[in-house]
Amino acid sequence: MTLGHLNHALASWSPAQLGITGDVLEVVRAPHPVLANDGAEIDPLDPVMVTLAADLVATMRVSPGCVGLAAPQVGVAARMFALDVTGHPKTRTCHGVFVLCNAVVVEATRKEKAREGCMSVPDLTGDVKRATRLTVTGVLPGTKDEVTLTTDAFEARAVQHEIDHCTGQLFLDRVAGAHAIYPRKVYL
Amino acid sequence: MSQLAVTVIGPDRPGIIADVTEALAQAGVNLEDSTMTLLRGHFAMMIVCSGSLPEVKEAVEPLRGELVITVRQMGPEHAHAPIGPPYILSVHGADRPGIVSAITRMIASVGGTITDLTTRLSGQLYVLTAEVELPPTAALGMLQRALEITAEELGVGVTLRPAESDDL
Repeated sequence: MTLGHLNHALASWSPAQLGITGDVLEVVRAPHPVLANDGAEIDPLDPVMVTLAADLVATMRVSPGCVGLAAPQVGVAARMFALDVTGHPKTRTCHGVFVLCNAVVVEATRKEKAREGCMSVPDLTGDVKRATRLTVTGVLPGTKDEVTLTTDAFEARAVQHEIDHCTGQLFLDRVAGAHAIYPRKVYL
Repeated sequence: MSQLAVTVIGPDRPGIIADVTEALAQAGVNLEDSTMTLLRGHFAMMIVCSGSLPEVKEAVEPLRGELVITVRQMGPEHAHAPIGPPYILSVHGADRPGIVSAITRMIASVGGTITDLTTRLSGQLYVLTAEVELPPTAALGMLQRALEITAEELGVGVTLRPAESDDL
């Protein structure tokens, strides 16, 4: 694990800091219109948004294999997502569980193609090029100071996927070509 | 309404898809799965759709001539259940007859199934890319070795790698 550029405010963040336990919400699926809407910029201090942050973490936690969940996926067109790529084999830099509001990509380099799936598009996967070195800014829920997240590998891919959700984009909007969408292969 | 298979092939020109799908839409057809691609200079469409066989046949009639069109009624749809984990098979090398048959025979011989396959001939270079499912009983090491031996005999290179996807 690379620890050189961990943001300690993010890495040490815990859902306990929200002061509430979230509810598990229903995850909406495409073609639900909320998934195609540009999410609104939010006030991270707004108690409604702090509750939403707790709900995103709770919903992510109960969803098998889920490493990230954005507000539009629970039906709220807002720029907020929860993430936790801990333990994934492709993870290098890892900030553990965190929720970020109003996240914006500052720098994205070294794009690589990989196949990804999404809880909101459960029956398809697609090849998507994403930066493997990424810097984003955002605000932790319940705070007002901007934090800068610099990450790589799988965490970078997951963050870009979630930021896309916040602006109404699905991986379907970014596939690498006409032949780059596949039926999901679930073999258990 | 029944499930129909519509195939179209003809010399490429702008507007083939628009013409064919417009005719189908006017016949009340709902397009389901399809693949449409340029195969050398020919544009080829394979469409599974739902609609009325006689109405669709009539609707595409004016397009026949430059385009070779078939419309057939399909049997009941069977959902494809994966037989095992997915892999991507890549083969490339100098063109010669028999590459596809020899390579796909190796996959079939271990009970594997191919869910998608594309080949392209570019000058002397022949390229095959396939999505493959292999049953868990398939001995992967043995298959890899058998593919390499077959590829060597054909004078091409082969790779078989997991088609893993990450849920985000």
